[in-house]
Amino acid sequence: MKTHQRIAATVFALLLLFAVGLLWSTPGVGAAATGQIAGTVKLDGPAPHQKPIDMSKDPSCAQTRGGTPAAGESVVVGANGGLANVVVYISQGLSGDLPIPSKPVTFEQRGCQYVPHVVAVNPGQHMTILNDDKTMHNIHPEPKPGGGNNAFNKSQVVGAPPLDVTWASEEIAIPVKCNVHPWMHAFIVVVKGPNGVSDANGSFKLENVPPGTYTLTAWHEAFGTMTQKVTVAEGKPAAAEFSFKGK
Amino acid sequence: MVGKIFAVVVALVTLVTAYCVITHVWWMPVDISAHGPKIDHQIEETILVAGLLFIAGQIVLASFVFLYGGARGKPKQIPGGAKPLVIFAFVLVGTEILALSFIGSKAWGAVYFAAPDPSSMPIDVQAGQFAYYFRYPGLDGKFGALHPEMINEGTQNYFGIDPEHDPDAKDDIVTAEMAIPVNQPILLTLHSKDVGHSFYVRELRVQQDFVPGLDIPIHFTATQTGRYEIVCTQLCGLGHYNMKAYLSVLSQADFDDWLKKQAAMQ
Amino acid sequence: MAETSVQAAHHAAPQGFIRKYLFSVDHKVIGIQYLTLSMVAAFVGMALSWAMRLHLAYPDFRIPLLGWLSPNGAPNGVMTPEYYLSLMTMHGTIMAFFVLTAAPFAGFGNFLLPIQVGAADMAFPRLNMTSFWVTFVGFLLAAATFFIPDGPPLSGWTAYAPLSAVGSVAGPGQGLGQTLWVFSIALFCIASLLGALNFIVTTLDLRTKGLTLSRLPLSTWAWFIDAWVSLLAFAVLLPCGLLLALDRLGGTSFFIPGGLVFNDQLQPHSGGSPLLFQHLFWFFGHPEVYIIILPAFGIVSHIFPTFIRKPLVGGWKVITFAEIAVGTLSFVVWGHHMFVSGMSPFMAMVFSVPTLFITIPSVIAVLVWVFSLYGSNLRFDTPMLYSLGFVSLFITGGIGGFFLAQPSTDSYLHATSFVVGHFHFTMGLSAIFATFAGFYYWYPKMFGRMMNEKLGKLHFWLSFVGVYCVFMTLHLTGFAGSVRRYSAFVDDFMIPLMPAQRFMTISALLLGASQFIFLFNAIWSRFKGPKAADNPWGATTLEWDTTSPPPFDNFGGRQLTVYHGPMEYHGEASVMQTSPAASVAGT
Repeated sequence: MKTHQRIAATVFALLLLFAVGLLWSTPGVGAAATGQIAGTVKLDGPAPHQKPIDMSKDPSCAQTRGGTPAAGESVVVGANGGLANVVVYISQGLSGDLPIPSKPVTFEQRGCQYVPHVVAVNPGQHMTILNDDKTMHNIHPEPKPGGGNNAFNKSQVVGAPPLDVTWASEEIAIPVKCNVHPWMHAFIVVVKGPNGVSDANGSFKLENVPPGTYTLTAWHEAFGTMTQKVTVAEGKPAAAEFSFKGK
Repeated sequence: MVGKIFAVVVALVTLVTAYCVITHVWWMPVDISAHGPKIDHQIEETILVAGLLFIAGQIVLASFVFLYGGARGKPKQIPGGAKPLVIFAFVLVGTEILALSFIGSKAWGAVYFAAPDPSSMPIDVQAGQFAYYFRYPGLDGKFGALHPEMINEGTQNYFGIDPEHDPDAKDDIVTAEMAIPVNQPILLTLHSKDVGHSFYVRELRVQQDFVPGLDIPIHFTATQTGRYEIVCTQLCGLGHYNMKAYLSVLSQADFDDWLKKQAAMQ
Repeated sequence: MAETSVQAAHHAAPQGFIRKYLFSVDHKVIGIQYLTLSMVAAFVGMALSWAMRLHLAYPDFRIPLLGWLSPNGAPNGVMTPEYYLSLMTMHGTIMAFFVLTAAPFAGFGNFLLPIQVGAADMAFPRLNMTSFWVTFVGFLLAAATFFIPDGPPLSGWTAYAPLSAVGSVAGPGQGLGQTLWVFSIALFCIASLLGALNFIVTTLDLRTKGLTLSRLPLSTWAWFIDAWVSLLAFAVLLPCGLLLALDRLGGTSFFIPGGLVFNDQLQPHSGGSPLLFQHLFWFFGHPEVYIIILPAFGIVSHIFPTFIRKPLVGGWKVITFAEIAVGTLSFVVWGHHMFVSGMSPFMAMVFSVPTLFITIPSVIAVLVWVFSLYGSNLRFDTPMLYSLGFVSLFITGGIGGFFLAQPSTDSYLHATSFVVGHFHFTMGLSAIFATFAGFYYWYPKMFGRMMNEKLGKLHFWLSFVGVYCVFMTLHLTGFAGSVRRYSAFVDDFMIPLMPAQRFMTISALLLGASQFIFLFNAIWSRFKGPKAADNPWGATTLEWDTTSPPPFDNFGGRQLTVYHGPMEYHGEASVMQTSPAASVAGT
C-alpha cells in the first residue's frame, strides 16, 4: 500500500467516525438539556390500611426485619400526605431522538422486598438486578403480550452475579413478582425521556429537561394517572404539584 | 474365590443395611398426631416382614454362590424342583401380603375413611407457587367465597376474597403460618391456585397432594405442642425446594392469643 | 408358513457405507445402533446426575465446565434451582426412555431375537429401520432443549399437568423446552409401537423349523412378552402426549381446570382434570417399569443356565409364566403412584392389593434364580457376576416395594428419597446390571472379540458396591423424611442429613467414574481383544450356532432345524438346540 493510499484511507475512516458521531449527537435532550422539573405528589384523603407482611415462611427474610414486620407497599404515604412511588414523566412535547441514559438503573432485592418498589427506566437503558438477601429469589416480570417487551422468569441464588436486562419498548407498567416470596411485588415503568419517582415525602425531580412546554404525567399503581401542562425555561426549575384523590 | 468374595460383599451389605435400619441412624421424627401410631406401627410391621425377606433372600443368594462355585461333577436340581418354591411364594408371601393389606387398611382407613370429628376446626389452605397461605373463618364461622380473578398477591389478597362486598369474607383471617390448638381435631381443605403441590408434615404423618380444580379435605389431631415444618413434596417449579410454612401447635390459650393478634393485622 | 415368511424377510446384502451402517435394514446393525445411542445417552444422563449430586452436597462448589456450558443456567458454575430441575427432568427422561427402554429391549432384542428364532432378519426390516431413526430424532429433540434460551423443561420425567400444560407462565423451561419434550416423547412412543409390532410378528411368524414356543430361548420369551406390554402401554402414552400438546398449543383444556391463577393472572382455561393426566401417564408409567425390567429378567434367565451348567429350576415354564403374570398385573397397579394424589382413598385400597400381589410372581422369579444356584457348577465370568448382582439388586429393590405398595406407609414415604432409592434399585440399576450382563455375554457375538475379563470384574465390583452406597443411603434418608426433587436443602429438617448427602455424592462420583472402565474395555476390546470363538461360553441357543459376528443373513443361507429346548446343560457338557443328538437325560 502506497503512502497516499494510506492517507486517503485514514481520512475516510475519520470522516466515517465523524458521521457516526453526528448521528449520535442529534439534538433533542442533548447537552442543552439543563432544565429541571421538581415538585411533590400528595394523597388527598386517608391513607388506606396496609397489612403487615408475615415473612415467617422464609426465616432468613423474617430475620432481616428484626421484630417489626414490613408493611405492604401498594400505597405508601409519608409525612404531610406525600405519596411515594409515583412515576412522573413527560408524555408529550419531547422531540427528536432521545439519548439513552448511560447509567444503569439498579433494582435490588433487599430484606425480601424490592428496592425501589417502583422503578422507571428508559427503553434500551440497562437495568441491574441484585440480590442482597441470604435467600433465593426469582424475578418474574410479566409485560403485556405483544407489547414488545419479553417476559422472563429467572432465579438469583445467594451470591449470584447481578442480572443485566433492558426493555425494548415503552410500557406502563410491568408488574414484577418473586414467586418464592409471593408478597414481593414491584412495577417497572418503561418511558422515554427524563423521569422521576416520588420519594417517601412525595417529592420528585426530573433532570436534564430541555426548555419547552410539556404534558407531564404522574402514574401510581393504585390511583392511576394524572396529567398537567408544564413549561420549562432555561436554567430555572419548573414546579409541578400532583394530588391524587384517595378512595 | 470370586464367588466367595461375592458372598462376603453381599453379606456385608445386608448386615450394614440391617444395622442402619435397626439402630435408626437416620430415622423418622417422633410422631405428634393421634392417628400416627397406627402408621408407625404399620411401618414397623413392614420392616419386620420385608426385612426378614431381604435378609433371607440375600443370605441364601450369598451362601449358594459361596457353596457352589467351580466345576464339581454333574450338577443337580434342588430336591422337589420348582413346585415347593411356587407354593412357598404363594403361601408365605401371599399370607404376608394379606396380613399387611388387612392391618394396613386399618391404618389407612383411620386417616381417610373415618369422617372428621363434628367439632373439627376448619382451616382453608391455599397453595401457590411457592408458598402456603391459611384462612380461618373468624367469628361468624363462615369462609367467604373465592374469586380467583381477585387474587392479587401484591396487595396480599392470596385467596381472592372480597371482604368489601362479601359479609362472610369480612372477618376471614388470612395467615402465613398455621397455628392450631393441641388435641383439637382439625379439618383442612386444600386448594391450589396454580399447579399441583403437597402438604407434608413429617411429625404429623400427613402427606396429601393439592390438585388444582379440586377441594381436598384432610383431618387430623395434633397431640403435642411445638413448631414443625410444612413442606411441599409435589414438584411445582423452580421454588419447589423453598416452598414451606410453619405449623405451630399451641395450647388453647396461646392459640386464642395468636388468632387475636392475626385478626388485628388483617 | 414359517418358511414363506423367512423368504419374505430375506433381502440382498446392502452395498455402500450408508446402506450398510447408517440407514441399514439389517437388524444386527440396528441393534448396535440402539445400543450405541443408549450408551451415549447413559453417559449424558450420568453426567447430569453428577452435576446434580455435586450441587446437592456442595451447594457453593463451582462445577467445572458447567458455567461455560450454560452461562444462563449455571452462572459461574453454580446452578440455579430451575437448572437443577431441568437436569433432573432430562436425567429421568434420558435414562427411562433412551437408556433403560432402548438398550435391553430394542438394543439386544433387535440384534438377537431374529437370530435366536433362526430368522434372517426381522419380519419388517424397513419398519425396524424407521423405529431406530424415529427414536434417534426423538433423542435429538430432547437433547435440543439444552440449547434453547430457557433450557429444558423442569417438570420431571412425569411432566404432571398443569405444570407441564400451561406454558412458560409456570416457569422457565415450560415454554419451548416442554413442547420439544412432548414431541420427543411422542416420537419415542411411535418408534416403540412400531418396534413392538415387529418383535411380536417376528416371534410368531419367523421361527425356524422345530422351534416351538416351549423351545424358545428365555430371552426371546421375555422380549416377546415385553413387546405386548409395550404395545399396550405406549398406545396410551402417545395420545396422552398429544392431548398435552393440544393443551399447550391448541388452547384446549384436557388437563387444565378453570380458575387457575399464575403470577396474579387468571388463565383462559376451564374444565380439565389434572388427575386425568396422572391416570393416563401412570397407566403407561407403571407398565413402563416392567417394560424395562422384563427384558432384564429374560437376559438373566438366558445367561444363568450357561454359567450354572444346568437348566433353571422349573424349566422354561415357571419363569415364563411368572413373566407373563408380571406383565399382565402391571396394567392394574398404576394407582399406587397416586395414593396421596387426591384420588379417592377407596381406590387406594383397590390399587394396593394387586400391587402387593405382583410381588408373588416377582418372588417366584427370584426364587427360581436363587434356587437354581443350588447344586450348580457356577462359573464366575463377568456376565454371570452381573447376573448375580442383578438378583441381589432386584431383591433389595423389591423389598422397598412393600413399603410403597401400602397407602398407609406410602403416605409417609411418598415423595421422599426412599422412592428414589427404590426405583433406582428396581427399574434403574437392576436393568442396567442385566444390560451389562448381556453386553459382556453377547459382545463376542456382536464384534467377534472377547472383552477383557479383569477389567470386567473390576468394573463389576466397583459398580456393585457403589450402587449400594448411593441408593441404600437414599432409602435411609427417605425414612428420615428427606424430600426428593429439591434442588437445595433449606429446611431445618434436611440440613442435618448433609453428611449422608456428601457420602452419596462421593459414592456417586466413584460409581460414575468406574463406568469409564467399561467404556474403555468396550472400545479397546473391539480392536485389541482376543478373537472370539463361535461359541465361547459353551452355550446352546441359535446365536451360538453361527460365526462371531454372524454373516449378513445370520446363518449363511442355512435353514436350521431345532430339536431341543434352550437349556440342555449337563455340567460341562451341553447340547446345541440344533443338534440332532438326543438330550443327555436328567434335568
